[in-house]
Amino acid sequence: MYLESIEQLIKIAKENGQTLGRMALILEAKDREVPEEQLLNIMRERLQVMQSAVTEGLQGNRSVGGLVGGQALKYQAWFNSGKSLASGVFGKAITYALAVSEANASMGLIVAAPTAGSAGVIPGVLLSIMEEYEIPEEKVIEGLYAAGAVGLVIAYKASLSGAQGGCQAECGSAAAMAAVAATELLGGSPEQAAHAGAIALKGMLGLVCDPVAGLVEVPCVKRNVSAAVQALAAVDLALAGITSAIPLDEVIGAMGEIGRELPLSLKETARGGLAATPTGKALAKKIFGRKEEKNGENN
Amino acid sequence: MDLLDIIGPVMIGPSSSHTAGAVRLGRVGRLVLGEEPKKAKIFLHGSFKETYRGHGTDRAIIAGLLGFDTSDPRIRESLKIAKERGLNYEFLPIDLPEAHPNTAYMELWGETSIARVTGSSIGGGAVLITDINGYPVRITAKYPTLIVPHNDQPGAVAKVTSVIAWHGINIAQMSVARQKKGAEALMVIETDQPIDEETCKEIKRLPGITGGFIIPPL
Repeated sequence: MYLESIEQLIKIAKENGQTLGRMALILEAKDREVPEEQLLNIMRERLQVMQSAVTEGLQGNRSVGGLVGGQALKYQAWFNSGKSLASGVFGKAITYALAVSEANASMGLIVAAPTAGSAGVIPGVLLSIMEEYEIPEEKVIEGLYAAGAVGLVIAYKASLSGAQGGCQAECGSAAAMAAVAATELLGGSPEQAAHAGAIALKGMLGLVCDPVAGLVEVPCVKRNVSAAVQALAAVDLALAGITSAIPLDEVIGAMGEIGRELPLSLKETARGGLAATPTGKALAKKIFGRKEEKNGENN
Repeated sequence: MDLLDIIGPVMIGPSSSHTAGAVRLGRVGRLVLGEEPKKAKIFLHGSFKETYRGHGTDRAIIAGLLGFDTSDPRIRESLKIAKERGLNYEFLPIDLPEAHPNTAYMELWGETSIARVTGSSIGGGAVLITDINGYPVRITAKYPTLIVPHNDQPGAVAKVTSVIAWHGINIAQMSVARQKKGAEALMVIETDQPIDEETCKEIKRLPGITGGFIIPPL
């Protein structure tokens, strides 16, 4: 489906008395000329992959580059000990965001949402709320359509790629998408959901993409946690009735503009930021200094 | 962009361009070869060359050559599976002037044939195949794609397109590439409807047509 702005989606949803998520699902089904049931099933499968990615990430596997692994497991133990600073939804969201990101880094099966590098944010936020508030599966699936609709607008107005817009385009977009969906799951209005998305994205503006050794490991895994927590805080503010002075569509526009102005060294090239620190460079050297792998007769 | 591409695809991590896109490049290589690959020389350019091990790009390309799709958990074990299936592979560096940073050039050997394929992973898991057996092409593998090697002579294109039309298949994009006048040339036909094996066989029987295979949307 083509979606020009969040404002447009809010308007259609309100005219039809629907949530943003349900409305996005209806519009998508109409556009594809398929029954809504079929789209619900496709997204149900993706929700299940998000859940299985959490389980996989909690196995503690090392990443391909060897820089991450086992952090979700470690945090889960801390959270379960009752000593954790973050209780309830926040603690679970941190655990799940870490788990899915670590599953991704260790070649696990994930849903790119919107990208593989930011795959932990939406499961972190939505699965923790789903469990803690006992939200029915179908509502969460609709939430994923709300998140998808926000992603569509971002794709048109800005970018979802770290190489084009920095990490704000990946983890920042994921935070905005998650915040909009989560606000609706907790009973917020379409306007409140959009405010939550705007607040979440504003908090991520300017975030650069500076992966050590060019890998989706450091700082990506922990940035998924930052984005998930940012999204939850934004949801809570919006539900309290706090609004964003700048509407979501304009925040998205600003994100695109900032992304264009960011230097290339800070857009996934591994030439600036954390990648260019002494430790970042040493880690890269260690990883790529390893022996070539070959097999068979051509050795 | 499609909503289901935004909350999706379901894929093996860690990177849509270095993993999912790389699997697709390998799959196209396998389809062009048309049989089980026994030997593969894979030349990596740019970012692929620099970071292939950390991203699992090597495992991803080999997985594609073995016919696995982007969500197949066997991607992780593909180097071992290649050994079991008797696929000998080698990764080599290359500098391709003006190529996309994530580009691979593959030389593939099967029991009876040889294939050469160059392609780039252009972002979000999407690919662009730029060369097949020395012919410059532009294939995205988003549409059903029919590749037809033929003799460069009048009427060849018309015969092929009339068979396609007769089967009720609409052509979305089409191009013809040749190395020199009157020699062998390559038709690349992207269609809106899927092309079945029977239609492809029918085309291969036409005079002046020297081969034909299908790359389905990957």
